Amino acid sequence: MLGYEIFVDGFAISSLYALGAVGFTLIFGVSGVLNLAHGGTMVVAAMIAWLVIGDLHTGVLGGALIGIIAAIAFAFATYFAAVRPIQRSRAIPKEETEIFILTSTLLWGIMIQTAIAYFFTTNPVTVPPLVPGVVHVLSVRTPSNEVLIAVLCWLVMALLWLFVSRTRAGKALLAASINPRALTLCGFELSRIHLLVWAIYGVLAGIAGVLLGTYLGASSDNIGPLTASAFSIVILGGLGSVPGSLIAAYVVGYFETITAYLVAPTLRSIPALIILVLVLYIRPQGILGRR
Amino acid sequence: MTRSLLSSRVFLGSVVVLALAALVPFLGRVVPFIAVPYALGVLTSAYYFGVFAMSWDLLFGYAGEVNFGPTFLIGLGAYAAALINNILHWPILPCVIAAAVAALAGGLMLALPALRLRGPYFGLVTLVAVLLLQDVIVVFAHWTGGEIGMTVPDVLSISADTNYWIALAFLVVSAAIIYGYARSSLGLILQAAGQDPVEAAALGFNVAKHKLAAFSLSAIMSGVAGAMLIFYLGSASVDVVVDLAIAVQVIIAAVLGGRRTILGSVIGAVFLILAGQVLLPLGQLSTFVVALIALLVILFFPDGLLGQFLHVGERE
Repeated sequence: MLGYEIFVDGFAISSLYALGAVGFTLIFGVSGVLNLAHGGTMVVAAMIAWLVIGDLHTGVLGGALIGIIAAIAFAFATYFAAVRPIQRSRAIPKEETEIFILTSTLLWGIMIQTAIAYFFTTNPVTVPPLVPGVVHVLSVRTPSNEVLIAVLCWLVMALLWLFVSRTRAGKALLAASINPRALTLCGFELSRIHLLVWAIYGVLAGIAGVLLGTYLGASSDNIGPLTASAFSIVILGGLGSVPGSLIAAYVVGYFETITAYLVAPTLRSIPALIILVLVLYIRPQGILGRR
Repeated sequence: MTRSLLSSRVFLGSVVVLALAALVPFLGRVVPFIAVPYALGVLTSAYYFGVFAMSWDLLFGYAGEVNFGPTFLIGLGAYAAALINNILHWPILPCVIAAAVAALAGGLMLALPALRLRGPYFGLVTLVAVLLLQDVIVVFAHWTGGEIGMTVPDVLSISADTNYWIALAFLVVSAAIIYGYARSSLGLILQAAGQDPVEAAALGFNVAKHKLAAFSLSAIMSGVAGAMLIFYLGSASVDVVVDLAIAVQVIIAAVLGGRRTILGSVIGAVFLILAGQVLLPLGQLSTFVVALIALLVILFFPDGLLGQFLHVGERE
């Protein structure tokens, strides 16, 4: 019985982690950028959805949609304010761009965190669930919303896979992650592909953020831990590898759930961190890393 | 020639700044309306913070390694000193030495394998280290006081003046050690290893060994500074010596002051702490403003405050 509970609960949270981390890893794969304002994107989506549903009475779906649009806008803001100026700066040596982008996105994330804390306080907000009621999954009473989260996450990832493998723009995106220079030689504008990948990232992180808001709630205090968990998942799975991130998301999600159920909910993040350190020592390129 | 001129400029500048710093305790006799003990208190914390930032810059600016968890080393030192002082009742000096040993041992255990990895992996391990340390402190709340923190029975001094002099002396000694190391031939090799490890290795230098030496020095200085800070404050808590927010502040201070300058980190740290005090009326928004300033500096003056100054000197 407990085993089933862990299985069902872990599946929902892992699917959410996977969706958030896939966007994060896509950006790294295509442009080599690790976005440390990632948690900010997710929380912005949840906050805006909550605000719009509560104050403008748009209904749950309309609010979720506006939340996702806000996440896309925030992703573009991150790109234009904290990433592109550094990529183009002449004063910063090439080999140090990476660390400068890490620092600038980190600062950008802190700015959005303090701004949210100032305007909305640090209290967590809960977005109303997309569907009410409970269903029985493997004889475990589960909120319908939790089932919907898992289904939606996989649906979105399936759509992403279709986009990358079947459309021209998607194939260009994939090519950019393999060999950007060859792609520009073929006549593709790399900067437009970067814009595309940030837009896709905004959609993925936005959906993940709104769903997280309906499930666990969101507050400005979550921004750091959300970024850290996405960062760990992506490293565990192998930097830039989407399938690796998926596997790692379930590893981390299930370890957290098992610890929360069997040991103590307050310790849920510890085993995943220890596994991460061990993996780095034994297999630093991650589960499906390229290097 | 330029090099010696520059270093003499830096040296002269440091002497002037140091003389000004030594005058602060006597300000009250000249302008009586300034709250001198308050100003001294702010500067005392800022000086310890400066040592944190210098230790970080040695790793980042010279060894080319991004340590996202300077507070792992600082926190290890601080908590080791606090626990020993509380449980074994050792006096302050042995506690501080124990703090250095603890920070060095903990740092080596965790970072030694990570130093051999390339790319962002070292950064990640150090980030995880902070999160783990924070969890461990909370789990063993029975001894460590958990999230609330613990008081230490011994303090350095209860006089603001004495504390200020101790902090200033500690800052000067630390700066001399770290700056001297960075400017020595060892520092040059380290810089080469950080910028092009393959070429440095081809020249016959053991890159891992030099990075390890720099990391050890950084760990010892961080641990000692962490211990000194809690003996100044009289308490150790996660919010003051371990939290990621503090780690971020250390990084901001070093980058703001100018990476690969060591002394710039002190300027950055003092600036950051003073800005925090000046912006205090803004409440929660003060962090926002500090982060914004730091972001603007990174975007427009990536060499930082002191770096900018030195570059202007180079062009002349």
